[in-house]
Amino acid sequence: MNRIIKFVMLDIIKNKIVLSYAILLAVLAWSVFSLEDNSAKGLLTLLNIMLLTVPLVSIIFSTIYIYNSSEFIELLVSQPIKRSKIWISLYIGLCLALITAFFIGIGLPLLLYAPLHIGIVFNITGFLVTIIFIAIAFLSAVLTRDKAKGIGMSIMLWLFFTMLFDGLVLFMLFQLADYPIEQAMVLITMLSPVDIARILMLLQLDISALLGYTGAIFKAFYGSGNGIIVSFLILLVWALVPFLISLKKFNKKDL
Amino acid sequence: MGIGTCHIKYLQLLTIIGLMLPALLGNAKTWHVNQQKDGKSIKKTLAQTAAYDTVVVHAGLYQEGNIVIDKPLFFIGNGNPILDGQKKFEILSIKSSNVTINGFTIKNSGYGTLDDPGGIKVYDANHVTISNNILDDNFFGIYIQYGKHCIIKNNKITAYGVEEQQIGNGIHCWKSDSLQIIGNNITGHRDGIYFEFVTGSIIWRNIAYNNIRYGLHFMFSNSDAYISNVFRGNGAGVAVMFTKDVKMFNNWFENNWGDAAYGLLLKEISDSYIFNNRFSANTTGIYMEGTNRIVVEKNSFKENGWGMKIQASCMDNKVTQNNFLGNTFDVSTNGTVVLNEFIQNYWDKYKGYDLDKNNIGDVPYHPLSLFSVIVEMNAPVMLLFRSFFISMLEESEKIIPSLTPENFIDNQPLMRAIKL
Repeated sequence: MNRIIKFVMLDIIKNKIVLSYAILLAVLAWSVFSLEDNSAKGLLTLLNIMLLTVPLVSIIFSTIYIYNSSEFIELLVSQPIKRSKIWISLYIGLCLALITAFFIGIGLPLLLYAPLHIGIVFNITGFLVTIIFIAIAFLSAVLTRDKAKGIGMSIMLWLFFTMLFDGLVLFMLFQLADYPIEQAMVLITMLSPVDIARILMLLQLDISALLGYTGAIFKAFYGSGNGIIVSFLILLVWALVPFLISLKKFNKKDL
Repeated sequence: MGIGTCHIKYLQLLTIIGLMLPALLGNAKTWHVNQQKDGKSIKKTLAQTAAYDTVVVHAGLYQEGNIVIDKPLFFIGNGNPILDGQKKFEILSIKSSNVTINGFTIKNSGYGTLDDPGGIKVYDANHVTISNNILDDNFFGIYIQYGKHCIIKNNKITAYGVEEQQIGNGIHCWKSDSLQIIGNNITGHRDGIYFEFVTGSIIWRNIAYNNIRYGLHFMFSNSDAYISNVFRGNGAGVAVMFTKDVKMFNNWFENNWGDAAYGLLLKEISDSYIFNNRFSANTTGIYMEGTNRIVVEKNSFKENGWGMKIQASCMDNKVTQNNFLGNTFDVSTNGTVVLNEFIQNYWDKYKGYDLDKNNIGDVPYHPLSLFSVIVEMNAPVMLLFRSFFISMLEESEKIIPSLTPENFIDNQPLMRAIKL
């Protein structure tokens, strides 16, 4: 298993795209912090990057990577190795590579420039967002053999979580404006990992006061020590569930 | 400059003569109270004094319950004597005009919601001066009712209130006129300075910070001015209500941050002038409701959640020559009718150009963002703050405005920030 992970990681590093991703993030992060005199503002810019670029790169790169390694996977399957081992190793390899890129790119400057507790929460959230979107990529790649269809599905899912979902929430908020839906909104935001990550980070950045009554409810849930742990756990579930479904599918799949 | 100095010297001379006048007229005596040396009590000494005498209290701890001053007197502390109310009594009650209290430490007044005991309470008196005292852990700090021409100067007022109902105000003024509240430092009370039915007064160079409710609370108090004060980190900022003709110059409103905190809350105010103040890091810089004919000029709004919230109930206000820098929302409103004027402000979010180089942008600026309008309609939408979807909506709204009122506009936005 370790050997496969090692192989996947080396393969990804050789491929240089992840390297340039790390450099891109690093350039963005360092320039944001050296341009803005206010680190809170820099954090908000990085938050946008984390919620948009990181999911996009994670999901597209992983989907294409899996399709491109289909021959390698077939080769491995013919060896006396368990299928689940192959799939898990692939997942861990990709996760490690992209998390490292994220950490070098955004994580390090964050730890240097931002207050420590924010830096840590931001890093963990970033790692979780990365592995969630890799898991979603695994799911869409295993669902169909057709490469175009699989990548298309990944892009649609990315669009759904980063944009469409918020549009639906907005629509719902207006439709149900006459009802006390603040509590229910906590549950509904959990249906999108990007929203959980965004609200979790906003509450760390002390702008929760702007959120008024709804913000108070969210702060009571996400802001407290337990709330942070619970939301991390939910994000973890968001990574595990798609991956486990994809694992199940892969185990039964006719390659 | 010569004339100015001359003027000041002349004034000083007048003041000195004024102070000495009673002493010159009668044969005023000076009494000394020194408990540590001869065990004399303040109350017994006071009983022996005549009007316009001077009582000097020397350093020591005096636990004499409620001390009443009922004749004109100079009551002076030497070496910060401590008057302790033992959490049972109102400490100093002033029931005569022309009293001066200077240089005491007054602490541990009693608590009572019926008679509102204070560290120093002035009842129906004029020309009372309270200066250079330290008030520590009192229910009310300095309380003035029916006072005229009183001066409260350079006092340090501290309390340790936790809940609004269980603590009084730092400086509480009620039904008074021509007061001067100068250079006091107030913290930990319910309201730092409280004005109700107080007219023709000035609040100058005070610092009110970390009070539980308002730094300054102001009601039915016409024709007052507050100048060069600092209001920082108070539970709900500053509130000015039901008043006309107030002047607010050079004040700092900072870090009044929280769900219901405002840098400056204006409710039912008219004909007032807000000039050269600094609003920074407040949830809302200025909140206006039922406010008419106010001029907001040359203020700086920096890094607030909302720079200004102007409710639709406001009219004929003029907002001009202000800097709006780094606010999450510069302005928001809850209606579509706009009866206020915005002109020649600097907005850091303005993206227009200036071809004729006259420092006035050629394209009008719409300070109202789509999101702030949506949030006013439906508060929980704030949940989508910083969402990418919202940013997209904002951009398209900027190009073709549909939801934001078209006449909410600054026709002459400045290209550069005003130096303030």
